[in-house]
Amino acid sequence: MAANLPTHSNVQGGIGATEPGLEHDEHLHHDEHHEHHEQNFLEKYVFSTDHKVIAKQFLITGIFWAILGGTLSSLFRLQLGWPEATFEWLSPFLGKWIEAGKLNPEFYLALVTMHGTIMVFFVLTAGLSGTFSNFLIPLQIGARDMASGFMNMLSYWFFFLSSVIMFVSLFIETGPAAAGWTIYPPLSALPQAIPGSGMGQTLWLVSMALFIVSQLLGGVNYITTVINLRTRGMSMSKLPLTIWSFFLTAILGLLSFPVLFSAALLLIFDRSFGTSFFLSDIYIAGQALHNVGGSPVLFQHLFWFLGHPEVYIVIMPAMGMVSEILATNARKPIFGYRAMIGSLLGISLLSFIVWAHHMFVTGMNPFLGSVFMFLTLIIAVPSAVKTFNWLATLWRGNIRFTTAMLFSIGFVSLFISGGLTGIILGNAALDIQMHNTYFVVAHFHLVMGSSAFFGLWAGVYHWFPKMFGRHMDEKLGYVHFWLTFIGVYLVFLPMHYVGIAGFPRRYYAWTGFDMFSQFADLNKFISLAAILAFFAQFIFIFNFFYSIFRGRKSSQNPWNSTTLEWTAPIEPGHGNWPGEIPAVYRWPYDYSKPGAVEDFIPQNVPFSKTQSSNLPYERDME
Amino acid sequence: MAISQAATQHAATLDTPRSGPWDGGNEPFKASYGKLMMWFFLLSDAFTFAAFLTTYGLIRHRHAAFDAASGKAFEFSSAYWPVPDKVFNSFPGLHGMDLPLAFVALMTMILIFSSVTMVLAVEAGHRMDKKDVQKWLLWTILFGATFLASQAWEWTHFITGTDEGTRMADGTIFHGANLTMNQYGPVLFADLFFFITGFHGMHVFSGVCFLVWIFIATTNGTFEKRGHYEMVEKIGLYWHFVDLVWVFVFTFFYLV
Repeated sequence: MAANLPTHSNVQGGIGATEPGLEHDEHLHHDEHHEHHEQNFLEKYVFSTDHKVIAKQFLITGIFWAILGGTLSSLFRLQLGWPEATFEWLSPFLGKWIEAGKLNPEFYLALVTMHGTIMVFFVLTAGLSGTFSNFLIPLQIGARDMASGFMNMLSYWFFFLSSVIMFVSLFIETGPAAAGWTIYPPLSALPQAIPGSGMGQTLWLVSMALFIVSQLLGGVNYITTVINLRTRGMSMSKLPLTIWSFFLTAILGLLSFPVLFSAALLLIFDRSFGTSFFLSDIYIAGQALHNVGGSPVLFQHLFWFLGHPEVYIVIMPAMGMVSEILATNARKPIFGYRAMIGSLLGISLLSFIVWAHHMFVTGMNPFLGSVFMFLTLIIAVPSAVKTFNWLATLWRGNIRFTTAMLFSIGFVSLFISGGLTGIILGNAALDIQMHNTYFVVAHFHLVMGSSAFFGLWAGVYHWFPKMFGRHMDEKLGYVHFWLTFIGVYLVFLPMHYVGIAGFPRRYYAWTGFDMFSQFADLNKFISLAAILAFFAQFIFIFNFFYSIFRGRKSSQNPWNSTTLEWTAPIEPGHGNWPGEIPAVYRWPYDYSKPGAVEDFIPQNVPFSKTQSSNLPYERDME
Repeated sequence: MAISQAATQHAATLDTPRSGPWDGGNEPFKASYGKLMMWFFLLSDAFTFAAFLTTYGLIRHRHAAFDAASGKAFEFSSAYWPVPDKVFNSFPGLHGMDLPLAFVALMTMILIFSSVTMVLAVEAGHRMDKKDVQKWLLWTILFGATFLASQAWEWTHFITGTDEGTRMADGTIFHGANLTMNQYGPVLFADLFFFITGFHGMHVFSGVCFLVWIFIATTNGTFEKRGHYEMVEKIGLYWHFVDLVWVFVFTFFYLV
């Protein structure tokens, strides 16, 4: 499998000797220092500044949150599927939230809120880009570590602290936040309105403020690392698409999270110090509040200024990894490399100017609505460019169906299925009908929820050998893939029908409405599929933890990949490459190049070693 | 001619990668990662402030403006947004005089002067002149602290209110402002004033703390040993940013 490795090291040695560029590589000395320094357990695994360890910390914390977020969804799917059933058997687990065998309706709202918060922020933001930006940026651009290892460590520990606070909020007397993951005021601002808007909401806001600090520390690190620490020859147009996607994701986070920070801070003042930023003319429980002049719609603008880029923060890392995995396993260059970068740039830019499509029914000026509709529908263009490029990459490829490849193809499938309904929802006139129904839930769970999860799994299966020096089990991976893939479609396809029929989101039960009773069976079916798909994840979790210790040992470049991370030792130390950092001569997608000895040429192989496959303009460089 | 020479200089050969500014192995903006990080942090922070100022703009837009053309003399009322000239017209030690925006203009001058001294400190750092760095940092700290003290006075005055006060909706006379009551106009005017100038003031306060820290480090010779005063430059970037934000806050709250 790794037959060409000796040539690699020859190449590295040969080049390093003639190239004076590495002399001012301060990280080299930094690294040598580390090799001699005996690290204790705390330094090595807990308060580590090594990007690879921090990535694993993000990943394992993310897995913890994903199990919890999935459990919460199973709980509310039980309620939705069997609204008449008694859940006495859950009371050892849920305690007082089960009253006379019924799930407390306010706790139901808390379950939905926490499921959304956990999945969007803790799993698909921190768990996804926290893991892979950390792990892959230094390894794929040829750097010893992140620009600031210390800030990178802080980034994880702020995330950890934020996690602890959010976790604690699940167990307090009045329950966790219950105003939805979008925490719209006035509901989220008034503890009189719902118990979850008391202590639970306060903890939610504090936790998110710390989360934003973590994102900021991580984000500035990712961006500066990509700008300043690329190895010799690694120009921006030779970066793997993973790095482009992480880079742009970090920029989106850097510019949108501070606005959520502003909104959260203003909301904290409204809740705790009597200001009226988002509140006006409210009459609750027989009492008029003193607040006048504020605007709840203002909160929505601020929230969605983050909220919309946030969905791209979730999906873009998955897009990058899928591009990489598809090219590697189709043994073909990615189709339209520059178009892929261009579409990422286009999506990043557009993501900032479409936020109000979440607000078509807020009473916003309809003209403004049509402007946002226009901009929103333009996103279909770069998204379609990406999709067609992925399909064209697969076209007549020499496809190897590794588990990661299956999940990548699954990603493309889900992204198409979910993306098509986005065109419907982006249309203001149609959205007025669909808004706040299960159609919306089905749409975003396919296009960003499940897709991003598939990207995450693809990434874990693909880079597991680099992380732990071992492979995850392929057969268990197949079972995991098929159960999940089928499960996701069985859950979310029927949900579109339910949504078109008018089922509103966030309702505790629909038994009160006769018109919905004909869908009771469908709802039961969705719940069953959701719970089965959730249980299928334990196959992954077993596979993951078992393979860390017992998996099949990996070779240095198990997928015959071209990117730099596979030129590092199987289990790289702090500093990634024992000797010099390899230089880069070519783009990352030299797969099946005509005339080449093998069907891949790593980025660090100079053109002088590949005379037989050099293209005319490459020969001209002599 | 020069361009084509540069191009061949950086061009790749079969055995060497390209070596232009963006081709890896160097710093394309000619800035260390630390300085870049400060720039990106400030960009991020700018969005936080932008969100607050947008909030200010939208909320102010939701309130009626005082109609000067009506011929009536301005008086404080929750019916319309107050005219800043009438709210911020006092000066320490000159009780009872109508000096519109005089004090805040002085504060602004002080802050702008602190930016000048900061520039001089950075410049002294480039010359590796420890004495000068110390001197100019000290001036910057002094101006920064004076600004904070002035803001404290301004807040105290705003909270205490005028001698006459304003008759509120429930018939009582109220002096000054807090987060739920405001004699000068709509309660959100006071909310936004406290929130935004407070948030800016916290930035100035942390800036002064950073300045004190680098002053101590300079005095201890930390930067001299390190061979460069880059930390002074980084804190300088932050300090200029905070000044720049003040210009916007000043414009929105006091001028328009």
